[in-house]
This record gives sequence, structure tokens and C-alpha cells, in this order.
Amino acid sequence: MVTRGFTGRRPIPPYADRIPPGQHLVHDFPVLSAGPTPTLARADWTFTLRVGPRPIKRWTWEAFNALPRTAFTRDIHCVTTWSKLDTRWEGILVDDLLADAGLAPPTEYLLAHSFDGYSTNVPLADLTLGRGMIATHYDEEPLAPDHGGPARLVVPHLYFWKSAKWINGLQFTTRDEAGFWELRGYHMYGDPWREQRYTDD
Amino acid sequence: MTDASGPDARVAASVAGRERWQPAVIAAIVPLTPAVVSVRLRPQHTRPFLAGQHVDVRLTAEDGYRAQRSYSVASAPDEGDTIELVIERLDDGEVSTYFHDSAAPGDTVEIAGPHASYFVWRPGVDGSVLLAAGGSGVAPFLSMVRQRARLADPTPMLLLYSARTWGDVIARDELLAHERRQSGFTACFCLTRDVTRRSSDFARRVDQAVIDDMLARLGGTPTHTFVCGANTFVGAIADLLLAAGVPAGSVRTERYGGD
Ligand SMILES: Cc1cc2nc3c(=O)[nH]c(=O)nc-3n(C[C@H](O)[C@H](O)[C@H](O)COP(=O)(O)OP(=O)(O)OC[C@H]3O[C@@H](n4cnc5c(N)ncnc54)[C@H](O)[C@@H]3O)c2cc1C
Repeated sequence: MVTRGFTGRRPIPPYADRIPPGQHLVHDFPVLSAGPTPTLARADWTFTLRVGPRPIKRWTWEAFNALPRTAFTRDIHCVTTWSKLDTRWEGILVDDLLADAGLAPPTEYLLAHSFDGYSTNVPLADLTLGRGMIATHYDEEPLAPDHGGPARLVVPHLYFWKSAKWINGLQFTTRDEAGFWELRGYHMYGDPWREQRYTDD
Repeated sequence: MTDASGPDARVAASVAGRERWQPAVIAAIVPLTPAVVSVRLRPQHTRPFLAGQHVDVRLTAEDGYRAQRSYSVASAPDEGDTIELVIERLDDGEVSTYFHDSAAPGDTVEIAGPHASYFVWRPGVDGSVLLAAGGSGVAPFLSMVRQRARLADPTPMLLLYSARTWGDVIARDELLAHERRQSGFTACFCLTRDVTRRSSDFARRVDQAVIDDMLARLGGTPTHTFVCGANTFVGAIADLLLAAGVPAGSVRTERYGGD
């Protein structure tokens, strides 16, 4: 349906095919979160891997950063309709985390948990084979608190709320369990190319 | 798992996309302040919603190019077959300038929602509510204040509203009228580039002393706090609230964008 009087501003042609439907390109890095930004000292930071309620392994900031490090450059897409191209992240791949814990994945589903009490669900397949990272650096700099520092999940091929800020753990669940946002009207999976923004999309 | 960015996914996207959108006719456009218009939309289908929810608005150019943005619903739930949006003009903006410069009553846009059930106020819930708005960030709070008045809900509610000048305060007369009713709703305006007209307002940015004063007016820490506006405003207010001892878990934020 054409909107009379709307001409619009188009993305520069070479990038158009990298912008999912309903998204537009930004060059800054907008902040999105449900509440205030927590301040976390790296000395107090820990990361826990759980199977159901059972902790399997816990890392301190030091031990976590001693794991193999990976960098990737990816496009990211926020459900509030901005997309940003070529963002560079560095941190620990979920693959390397699971390897360090010596854990063969017991289920197909995970919940990412954050220091501020939020959670989000991501299928195992979307976190492994290099697709998901616990990032400690953005654009070569330690991750700022507003952007989820000390560490956040980065799953760039899903809407960015899945990339939980201030992450403090991953938990295997037997079923695909809705996290904080998913219980509040957002989609269980969140594929930007299929515009899976809200529950009923 | 299919390749999420493959052509099949994009075909699926356009098919699935068609279902959630519906046409909405512009019923009225009224200037509220020099930079803000009220846009009344009449969607084809009226959908129930909660105060604080937003709609996505989609515009399509002749050649099929589309732009989409989110706007909070400013009208109260159950107001009839129209919803009101309040849209601030950003001079280099793509969608807000359309509503300010090109749109006219009778034109049709597309909307999805209202949706998202996090930044919402539910009437009848215990405790006091602090609303902190920067500029057009007052939009979801207008819905809450209006619903509270319609239902004669007794929840103590304080609106802290930062605007540049007295003339930039959206729905000012209506907010003052709600306050005069002495039903437990009060408003405090922080004018960053103006003098105050009332002794209960401030002629400066929101700072720690203003926040402390708000908590005193509410008789203590609010049960629920909502903060809405541009990113810098929301970040600054959230930090001040935490410094004043408001528990992080009781503060909900909605960030409209900007730096
Ligand atoms: C949940 C939600 C609800 C919203 N509700 C409202 C509402 O009720 N009323 C309203 O007016 N807006 C609201 N917004 C913001 C709105 O979605 C658009 O971002 C805004 O209208 C700008 O769009 P644009 O196309 O005009 O500007 P764009 O073309 O997207 O941006 C132009 C320039 O302005 C900057 N910019 C973008 N947003 C802002 C901002 N908020 N403040 C300052 N600079 C900015 C951009 O970085 C860019 O440089 C809401 C946003 C969200 C996420």
C-alpha cells in the first residue's frame, strides 16, 4: 500500500540487501535495555554454565579471559528497527566455553541469564559452530557498561535483544523456555529476515 | 536450521509480514507544540492494548521503498476507534518529517500492534508510580494518566517531565487539569531553557536534588518507576534514580533513540 506524499530516504544501494525488512541503517550505536545500566566490577564478575538448576562450571573474569579468543565482524539488527553493519566483536565463542567445560550439549535449548535478572532463550544451534559469542570487546575496546560490559552475548543473526547484555550464565533447558522479553510480547526466535519481532509474527 | 538470510527466508518474510500490518487512516493531525504533532489514526480493526504499548508505523513510497518506526500510543485504551500518536519532528528524520510536512487527514499509513507488554502500567496494581519523561517521551505516560483518570484509579502517580520551555510541554493544559482534580496525580515540569511558572516546577535539568524531591513528594521510594525519552535522558535519569536508592528492578526504561 503506497503512502501518499512519502518519498523516503534510501540506504546506499550496495548495502540495501544487507538490511532486513522494516529495518534502517544507523551509524551510531543506539542503546537498548529494559532498565538502568548495572555497574559491575570485573573482580566480582563470574560466569556460570548450568544444566537445568545444576551448575557445571563457573569461571572468574581471569579464567574466562584465559579461554581461546575469537573476533568476528557482523551486521546487527535491533527490533526497534535500526541495523548497523560491520560491527566488530571479540570474546569467547560458546563453542570454546562448552569445550572448556568438557560438556557434550545435553539439550537443544539454552537460556542466557544476566546480572540484572533478565534472560532470553536461544536454541543451541544458533550459539554453536561460531554463531554465538560472549563478547568482552567491541570495536577493539573493552565493552562499555551501556553496551553490556563487562561481557554480553552476541548472536548477530537474531534480533539484538537475544544478545543478552551483562551476561552471567548460560543454562541448558529441556524445552524451549521463554525468557524475560519473550514472556512480554517478543518473539521466541527473533529472525530479522522473517521479521519475527513480536509473539504473533 | 535454515540459512536465516537466504532468499527463501526473505520470501517467507514478505508473506508473514502481510498478516500483521493493517491500514490506518489519518483522522486528524493537530500541532501540540512547535515541534510536536498529534496524529490520530483510525485502524481498520480496533485492537485492545495496555497503557504504555507502542505501534509500529510503516510508510511505503511509490517504488516500494519502505520505512518503519515505533510510536507509543498516547491515547488511553478503550477510547473508541482511533488511537493518538504524538510525534516530534527531527529535522533530518525520515518518518517524523513525513508526519509533519506531508501527511494529511484522509491519507493512509500501515500499523502493526499495539504490542510489547513490558513498558506498561496496569491500573489497580498496588503502590505508587513515578513517571519520568524527556520531551516526546511523555507519549506513553499520557496514555497512563488518561486511563487512570477514566477509571478513577486511585494510584498515587507523579509525572516528572523535562522539556525545553513551557511552550514545549505536550498536553500541558490537560496535565494541569488532571492535577487540579486532586485525585492523587501531580506533575512537575523541569524546564531546561525557560523560567518556571509554578513554584512546584524547576528551571533546570533533572539532577539528584530534583529526584530526591520527587521521592519526598511520593512519600518514599516509588513502587514502579517508568523512564522514557531519548537515550541520553533515559540513561541520566536511571543513574540518578539508582543513586537515590531506587531498586534497579523497579525501574523500566523505554529509549526512543538519539545519541
Ligand atoms: C518503543 C519506541 C516508541 C517510540 N515512541 C515515540 C513517540 O511516541 N514519539 C516520537 O516522536 N518518537 C517515538 N519514538 C522514536 C521514533 O521511533 C523514531 O525513532 C523517531 O520518530 C525518529 O524517526 P525519523 O525517521 O524521523 O528519524 P531518523 O531518520 O530515524 O533519524 C534522524 C536522526 O535523528 C536521530 N534520532 C533518532 N531518534 C532520535 C530521538 N528520539 N531523539 C533524538 N535524535 C534521534 C538519528 O540518530 C538520526 O541522526 C519511539 C521509539 C521507540 C523505540
